[in-house]
Amino acid sequence: MSLKQTPSQTIGPFFAYGLTPKQYGYNKIKDIASNDLNSEGTIGERISIEGIVFDGNDEPVDDALIEIWQASSSGLYVTSKNLKDTNDSFSGFGRCGTGTNPQRKFSFTTIKPGTTGDNQAPHINFTVFMRGLLSHVYTRMYFPEEEGANQHDSFLLNVPKNRRQTLIAKQISSNKGSVYQFNIYMQGANETVFFDV
Amino acid sequence: MTSSYNQRDWTVHPSYFSENYKSTHLRSPTKAPIKIEQTNSELTAPSFFPLINHEQENDLTKNGAVNGQQPLGERIVVTGRVVDENGKPQPNTLIEIWQCNSSGRYIHAADQHDAPLDPNFFGAGRCITDNNGIYKFYSIKPGAYPWGNHKNAWRPAHIHFSLFGPAFATRLITQSYFPGDPLLELDPIFQSTPKEARKLLIKTFDIEATEEGFALGYKFDFILRGPKATPMEK
Ligand SMILES: [Fe+2]
Repeated sequence: MSLKQTPSQTIGPFFAYGLTPKQYGYNKIKDIASNDLNSEGTIGERISIEGIVFDGNDEPVDDALIEIWQASSSGLYVTSKNLKDTNDSFSGFGRCGTGTNPQRKFSFTTIKPGTTGDNQAPHINFTVFMRGLLSHVYTRMYFPEEEGANQHDSFLLNVPKNRRQTLIAKQISSNKGSVYQFNIYMQGANETVFFDV
Repeated sequence: MTSSYNQRDWTVHPSYFSENYKSTHLRSPTKAPIKIEQTNSELTAPSFFPLINHEQENDLTKNGAVNGQQPLGERIVVTGRVVDENGKPQPNTLIEIWQCNSSGRYIHAADQHDAPLDPNFFGAGRCITDNNGIYKFYSIKPGAYPWGNHKNAWRPAHIHFSLFGPAFATRLITQSYFPGDPLLELDPIFQSTPKEARKLLIKTFDIEATEEGFALGYKFDFILRGPKATPMEK
């Protein structure tokens, strides 16, 4: 290690036309990713994820960018050769800004990931960027119905018991199929657990 | 696949809370991040190589221009390498950029600064590093803009950059500034960076990168987190 890492700076309030142009109605450049990770050939149980990012005053943040990265239904990341050898077409990566929904929700359409092994319960990796956040935060969303697997998850085991619930999504009923609600609290009594990834 | 990456170096990255950068007050986590052992989830990342269905959008002097006209402002070339902490080039990595126009106005609808939009400037693009980790963008020099953080708060001219690198752990979003800008000393965002590391955010003017009769050259290298040395390698 001889060079110093390039310091992080905030994403600022005006990222949307560059990083999520389609969602925000800009058409000069195309998106590299959207909030829909699926295509026709994606194998697995279709789910939706939605949530709100709250600041320390419990106000919804309207200029955050959420990115997710997750394994396929068979527990493989899309960069894995083993997944490329199957017919499963899945992007594994999604992006959504919080500035276009009236309630400031972000939402994703994806599939429920399989376990990636190594004492990992099924989970979705999140990065959160926003104005006022000088370095991004990393968190994970876990599934409420995976109680057994969650008890052995290496990340969750490092989290004090009374904070683990901040990482478990709520399953809410909907006519759209399985919807998981995952709110992110930057501060306060329910401050979301962030990981030193 | 790399077995783990070095931690984020908090001697270079800004702390979450900054007294003078007011938006951090309600948005900075108050609890320390939880330590973990990296797993597959942190050691992998999406690959955007090649940019299927997307043209290389690395020329901002052209990608927003209408009828062959040109954006107003001083044309610049920004080029450099993406390497890890060991100096190893990072090929095929996606770099996205966005910036305001030469008058300091973003095309983003939320930007209310009373400075003119440029009908020939969009202000965003992307490219992929080559086999040697090299990238190059053409653009125009962004202007300074006011932002209301305090009395007479003006952001120094900057370009926003987003990089992925080889792993979820190497993700980086940052801003790069221009040398000699008197606003740097007064900018709470730039100043939130630990003092010794601030120079890592400033481009260098480079006459070699300057293109004859066309654009001024600036160099800027990105250093992403590198693989943790194993005891054997130490
Ligand atoms: Fe900016």
